[in-house]
Amino acid sequence: MTLRDTINRLLGLQRASATTARERLQLVLAHDRSDLNPELLEQMRREILEVVSRYVEIDFDEVDVSLETEDRVTALVANLPIRRAKAVAQPGVKANPSLGEKAADLAKADAPASPEPGAASRPEPETATATTPEPGQPAAEALQPGPTAETASRESSQNLS
Amino acid sequence: MTPHQTRNILICSGKGGVGKTTLTANLGIALARQGVRTAVLDADFGLRNLDLLLGLENRIVFTAQEVLAGSCRLEQALVKHKQEPNLALLPAGNPRMLEWLKPEDMQAIVAMLAPSFDVVLIDCPAGIEDGFKNAVSAAQEAIVITTPEVSAVRDADRVIGLLNTHGIKPIQLVLNRVRPKMMANQEMLSVNDVTDILALPLLGLVVEDEQVIVSTNRGEPLTLTGSRSPAALAYSNVARRLQGEDVPLPDPAKMGRGLRAKLSRLIKTKIF
Repeated sequence: MTLRDTINRLLGLQRASATTARERLQLVLAHDRSDLNPELLEQMRREILEVVSRYVEIDFDEVDVSLETEDRVTALVANLPIRRAKAVAQPGVKANPSLGEKAADLAKADAPASPEPGAASRPEPETATATTPEPGQPAAEALQPGPTAETASRESSQNLS
Repeated sequence: MTPHQTRNILICSGKGGVGKTTLTANLGIALARQGVRTAVLDADFGLRNLDLLLGLENRIVFTAQEVLAGSCRLEQALVKHKQEPNLALLPAGNPRMLEWLKPEDMQAIVAMLAPSFDVVLIDCPAGIEDGFKNAVSAAQEAIVITTPEVSAVRDADRVIGLLNTHGIKPIQLVLNRVRPKMMANQEMLSVNDVTDILALPLLGLVVEDEQVIVSTNRGEPLTLTGSRSPAALAYSNVARRLQGEDVPLPDPAKMGRGLRAKLSRLIKTKIF
């Protein structure tokens, strides 16, 4: 490490390269392992947003849907900040039944009866995130495929190669 | 009489040049020194080098090719190490073997080795193509070797996925070319980063050590010469852990900080 690097690091101008390496690796491995191409991921992202936004108002600028990997298990992690619940969230009105049910769970868990007291009156948007494994947020689980599904896709992709 | 079980261990990495052959040579010698009857099998038929690292390149008469063709007996092809008679090398044949070699051929070779050896180390070629598939078909367990670099870790991950689909178990990890100083400065992936990402138990940690190059120049693996260099110690410890001994792993943060390390650095300092 040069003196310049040290100074930059101390001033917070430059991150440690090991951190960058780890993050880049985790991202590339998540894709390698799942074998999902970016177009498919983008399509899935659009459809998830479409379903969820039928029930709650989402902050589209802050939406983040990505693949994360831990202990050789890849998970789809969706971070969808909710502005407010839509009043007409009825499980009856849905185009795709199976997707609709999950979205209904999501709306139920997060929008009307929020787990955090006083959250409804806060001006900033709440966040339905899969990265914080709090009880009372089943919405996150609904968006994560189970490890079994992932392993299956991984194995099938390797058999193809 | 209990039937003895030979362990066929694949040594692989995916990426080339991370230290597969060096590990095979050093681990082979270290195991042999512990009294384990060890065969090292060069499965890298395209670019064989195991003979060179073991210093046995001038003693090869027959290879795996003649054994498979039935034109010589296995004992004639095996090259016994002079200083370590517990170790024998089965050299790789002509690169043209790649055209016809099948997984069944590799299985036949390890089956022939089984009665006379306790451990067979299979030095796998780089890549994940036919050479890898042939080699993996002969193994039951594997050691994946990698370095703390993004490309090596990514390739190792791919290989681990393939080993899993082949039912290889256990798969253990050796992390090679560790530079403790860079790790301390967070300029290199840490040991935990690599083990977390690859989710494998760590079998060994080998620090970057110039003595490795010196030893390959001479064709005398570090574990053979009783060297006290850090890499030599690391390789011997890999062999001991492989035999089930509980040897604690070093902490890279503390490497090279002790008085002895400082003295040994001083004595190796170039003065001319």
